[in-house]
Amino acid sequence: MVNTQVTLSGWTLDNPVIPASGTFGFGYEFSEVYDLNLLGSISLKGTTLAPRFGNPTPRIAETPAGLLNSVGLQNPGAEAVANEEMSRLSRVFHKKVILNVSGFSKEDYVGAVQALCRKDMVGLFEINISCPNVHGGGMAFGTDPDSAYEITRAVKAVADKPVYVKLSPNVTDITQIALACEEAGADGLSLINTLMGMRISLKDRKPILKNRTGGLSGPAIFPVALRMVYDVYEKVRIPLIGIGGVSSADDVLEMMLAGATAVQVGSANLVRPDACKAIIEELPHRMEAYHIESLSDIIGGAHHGT
Amino acid sequence: MKQVHLTLTEQTPLTQDVFRLVLQGDISSLTRPGQFVNLAIPGFYLRRPISVCDYELTNPDGTGTLTLIYRAVGNGTRALSRMKPGQILDVLCGLGNGFDLSRAGAEPLLVGGGLGIPPLYKLARELKASGIVPQVVLGFNTKNEIFLYDEFRALDCPLFLMTADGSAGNKGFVTDVMVKLSYTYFYSCGPAPMYRAIEKIATAPGEYSFEERMGCGFGACMGCTIQTANGPARVCREGPVFRREVIQW
Ligand SMILES: Cc1cc2nc3c(=O)[nH]c(=O)nc-3n(C[C@H](O)[C@H](O)[C@H](O)COP(=O)(O)OP(=O)(O)OC[C@H]3O[C@@H](n4cnc5c(N)ncnc54)[C@H](O)[C@@H]3O)c2cc1C
Ligand SMILES: Cc1cc2nc3c(=O)[nH]c(=O)nc-3n(C[C@H](O)[C@H](O)[C@H](O)COP(=O)(O)O)c2cc1C
Ligand code: FES
Repeated sequence: MVNTQVTLSGWTLDNPVIPASGTFGFGYEFSEVYDLNLLGSISLKGTTLAPRFGNPTPRIAETPAGLLNSVGLQNPGAEAVANEEMSRLSRVFHKKVILNVSGFSKEDYVGAVQALCRKDMVGLFEINISCPNVHGGGMAFGTDPDSAYEITRAVKAVADKPVYVKLSPNVTDITQIALACEEAGADGLSLINTLMGMRISLKDRKPILKNRTGGLSGPAIFPVALRMVYDVYEKVRIPLIGIGGVSSADDVLEMMLAGATAVQVGSANLVRPDACKAIIEELPHRMEAYHIESLSDIIGGAHHGT
Repeated sequence: MKQVHLTLTEQTPLTQDVFRLVLQGDISSLTRPGQFVNLAIPGFYLRRPISVCDYELTNPDGTGTLTLIYRAVGNGTRALSRMKPGQILDVLCGLGNGFDLSRAGAEPLLVGGGLGIPPLYKLARELKASGIVPQVVLGFNTKNEIFLYDEFRALDCPLFLMTADGSAGNKGFVTDVMVKLSYTYFYSCGPAPMYRAIEKIATAPGEYSFEERMGCGFGACMGCTIQTANGPARVCREGPVFRREVIQW
């Protein structure tokens, strides 16, 4: 028997596969498809202090091997997530979840995290400083080391669970932001969020997305995400959650060799509702094929001897 | 919602670019007319949402026949139109709420425009099966774009055909007939300008079926959310059919 367990800041997961924020709602849609308890954990839909409708439609555009989205953080607000969504989810999911939090000011982040504290069901906070969708919002924090530092510090001061900061790839040097977050006390890092992109309708001669631009995700970004995880792993000591285009058990292994302790699967859930289940079932077979006994042994394995 | 693999048994051109696709397999997740399916087309990342035109359970194990009618408008639907009988399609089946038959009343009216017409076919069949005879108004641009007319005629309901250029049926729009009819409730599927025209003249309550670009089709991505009187609603989950009074025009 192979061992698929991994540990994030003292929290041991049965396996490293976690649905990514924004691609799994608050879980229920998928509980029709499979037993959610086979997942490592779930990263819930990005939550803000106040409820948000998000951007006008169209919010989705197809790309080669992926999609653009400009959902714009639609969510019912921290209060409703804490009181309604989490208790609904707890009926079908009995493990700890990751709470993904977004905001547009330091006070927003702090307020949302405070509203979500004192919940046994929370494994860790994932602070999204990278959502590219909201004008003048999340973007700024994730592209500037000082802002990233400031938000991380502020959230660390109030959070009652480990704080992972989710990084934006839309920067010149992601390792600088990563270092700033680590210095500010982040317990770990999640990377990457979506890459800014655009599609234009030839028929209408204007951008397909009403918001004009959106975030690119899916297999198209896997090599970019992998490279960023690899680079950040070289610079920081805190654990990394690798995100971006992961669609198979082999992708999970590749991400872990680059330096990820756990892995999130996003867009794959949208086109294949049982994607995470399939990956988890495939994982032990792929581990055997590559003579891996314990998954945690391979974290960062690609760095040795190179 | 159920992810199923269905066998393509028929692919028939109905007009220059409109096709009827018949699939066979597990369709047990379909519950009402007006629902849709999300088709994976090899070579394309996102699935393509298509309304259920008709379905018939043929076996107690939940298998049966599913009919879709679609227009080849872009690369995905064009690739779909090249698929052949015997090929297997990966389908998310039984998506969306569908039409609410309980509101029909004694004299419902079905109003369809262009590619919005297909889901009204199963609705008409179900209404008839429950002993209610709907009146049906179909609108097309022009004669050679007409499809499904003979099938509706075979249902033996009061049927009105309109074309914008007068090349078949009566010249004009669906609303030109609607103003002359009395009805207890209406069900409509078609382009947005048609809905706006209907809103101005409809004399009874009713419901409309909506389209949005979709990331998943089953409620996970929030890609298709519109604002309604009841708050944000996902077209793929709370919809695609919304009652007149909740829509914010
Ligand atoms: C609930 C629902 C039911 C539908 N029912 C039918 C039907 O019964 N018959 C039919 O012919 N068409 C129907 N459509 C429209 C159909 O989904 C699009 O025509 C199709 O997705 C176009 O794909 P494409 O690759 O050919 O076009 P492209 O323009 O190349 O597609 C690119 C992307 O845009 C999306 N897209 C493009 N047009 C639309 C559209 N109008 N609505 C939603 N997404 C779109 C595609 O899904 C794809 O992700 C329905 C749409 C929805 C949302
Ligand atoms: C529709 C959609 C919504 C998303 N919403 C969020 C969100 O609310 N918060 C967040 O941190 N990331 C969000 N993301 C980003 C994903 O969590 C993930 O970082 C990204 O999609 C890359 O992974 P993937 O290629 O596996 O999808 C969203 C992505 C998609 C496609
Ligand atoms: S298309 Fe994903 S929620 Fe509707």
